[in-house]
Amino acid sequence: MPNVRPMAPLVLSAYTLVTANGRGVGPVLEAIRERRSGLKPCDFEDVTLKTYVGRVAGLEDFSLDHELKPFDCRNNRLAWLGLQQDGFTVAVAEARQRYGAHRIAVVMGTSTSGILETEHAYRARDPQTGQLPGRYTARYRYTHNMFSLGHFTRTCLGLQGPAMVISTACSSSAKAFATAARLMQAGLCDAAIVGGVDSLCHTTLYGFSALQLLSASPCRPCDEDRDGLSLGEAAGYALLEFGERVGGRGTVALLGYGESTDGYHMSHPHPEGAGAVHAIRDSLIRARLRPENIEYVNLHGTATPANDSVEDKAVYSIFGARPACSSTKGWTGHTLGAAGITEAVISALCLEHGVIPGTLNCLRVDPSLKSRILRENQIGPLSCVLSNIFGFGGNNCSLVLGKL
Amino acid sequence: MKTAVQGIGLLASGLAGWDASRTVLAGFRPFRPGDTPDPEALILPPNERRRSSDCVRWAVQVAEEAIAQSGLDPRDVPTVFASSGGEMGVFDQLCRVLATPDRHVSPTLFHQSVHNTAAGYWGIATAGQQSSTALSCYDDSFAAGLLEAISIVCVEERPVLLVSYDLAVPAPLNNARPITEGFAVAFVVAPPLDDSPVIVQMRLEKANGRKSSSLPDPDLERLRLDNPAARSLPMLCAIAVGGSRTVGLDLLDCQQLILNVESCRPSAKAN
Repeated sequence: MPNVRPMAPLVLSAYTLVTANGRGVGPVLEAIRERRSGLKPCDFEDVTLKTYVGRVAGLEDFSLDHELKPFDCRNNRLAWLGLQQDGFTVAVAEARQRYGAHRIAVVMGTSTSGILETEHAYRARDPQTGQLPGRYTARYRYTHNMFSLGHFTRTCLGLQGPAMVISTACSSSAKAFATAARLMQAGLCDAAIVGGVDSLCHTTLYGFSALQLLSASPCRPCDEDRDGLSLGEAAGYALLEFGERVGGRGTVALLGYGESTDGYHMSHPHPEGAGAVHAIRDSLIRARLRPENIEYVNLHGTATPANDSVEDKAVYSIFGARPACSSTKGWTGHTLGAAGITEAVISALCLEHGVIPGTLNCLRVDPSLKSRILRENQIGPLSCVLSNIFGFGGNNCSLVLGKL
Repeated sequence: MKTAVQGIGLLASGLAGWDASRTVLAGFRPFRPGDTPDPEALILPPNERRRSSDCVRWAVQVAEEAIAQSGLDPRDVPTVFASSGGEMGVFDQLCRVLATPDRHVSPTLFHQSVHNTAAGYWGIATAGQQSSTALSCYDDSFAAGLLEAISIVCVEERPVLLVSYDLAVPAPLNNARPITEGFAVAFVVAPPLDDSPVIVQMRLEKANGRKSSSLPDPDLERLRLDNPAARSLPMLCAIAVGGSRTVGLDLLDCQQLILNVESCRPSAKAN
């Protein structure tokens, strides 16, 4: 039988986020308070799909240089932009002083890494030989390969501890928290950088379109007329340290995580949300909490008809209609492999600033949903949040964040 | 960190399954690569098998072999899938379609492009609901997967199935990542029992210029260097030879996993 035991809280001693709402946590919080969406009609490269995207502005206006030049691609530019916000690199430099560079792990999540480079390279194949351009092949390792983001983050932060990239589709950067927590608990490191970066590319835009999961309008999570998701891009990071070392009263910490799979279908959720229930329950056990301790559930809430209704079943079966539930995808779009860190950071902001975002773009809550779906922002102190992320391959992860 | 190995699956040209390969890896028989294997992965439901990628069938085949040896119910075992590049064959097909004017991507091809495709198909085949991680660490993906698997064993005190695989990369992508031979390996690692035939003690150390373990057989060594999943060969050889051996696996440029492998000799097992 599974051995799920309570875990030691891990403090998010620094965190940062870049989304379509802006650079750094300030603009994200402001957008939440002002209920301003980052979604706009898709103007990404030459894509002709009728859909909305949460595009991060300015990624086309600079390139990575000097020793970072080989890493230059949209995904790593976004990763770099993320590292520059909210004093994150300073916090990491201080942690490096405390623990040593080899005692800090880097666990990042992404679903498509720098695949956009490969897409471009295939368009630029030699018409005679079919070969890819040499400037691409020489940099595959630093751009498209799945570990590129981990390599890049570790290089930028000057860290030498264990590192890996988790890639389990949309749950990637939520699961990065689980892996990092285990590495810390096993004594393999003293602190960890967790995070995720995913950027717009043709693969996901045309892929989700082929699955008929893209909405033609800004996504409307939990709305009775919801008709699909909007893709977004984001970069987010958190520095995790043991609570007993750095945790003062009121600091935001990861209290628990739960992971599961549906074992059902590659791109459809389990009809009863069995895997989701399993992940939520495990996260509560690790956090030493009962369902009634959770005040806010940050839903995966992608706005596809199936996801929102299955997630509702799972959440209602555990929590009933008590906690406030909402999806923040209406602000950021679905940032795929970065959704875990995006929503973990938003949850941390909610805890710190005492705000629960009402589901943006949800005009009328689907009457078949039984959970208490919030439409308007709610202000007031908050101590415990659950964040759900579910992905392709039926891969689920729930995180509990709370104040110490 | 002490763990037992309860089952091993293996597939590469000239290494068709763990039992068949053990004497080769122990040095009693020569390594003779031949045709590229075409695994059946019979545990996959026929529908899923028909549309599965080569990566999926290779990974599922070795997973099935390792789980069968362990005697465990796969539904009770969380999984870790480690691969440097994942579905490179699918990326090739996908990027060819995306370079056409229509860009008509098939939904199946798209969902097969994720790094956790093999993990997802294994979960569907076994109706498992335990956690499943898919990861990459470029050339050191096997070592990173082993680190993740062993930390689950030690922290959560339960068996874990680790699968590591990379297949030959098709043209023209092979200019970007020249892997020429497929390799898939699976280990069931678990909390040690008194009678565990294979015990692995792992520690993470600074590399301090130490080189990772290599192999005396030049063809096996070539395979080890060709394919990230084949970086597991020194560990496999240490288990196959039996007795007490130490193996060093690189983890990025500055760390190593040091594995002390204690394994019953094959003859002792036969008695």
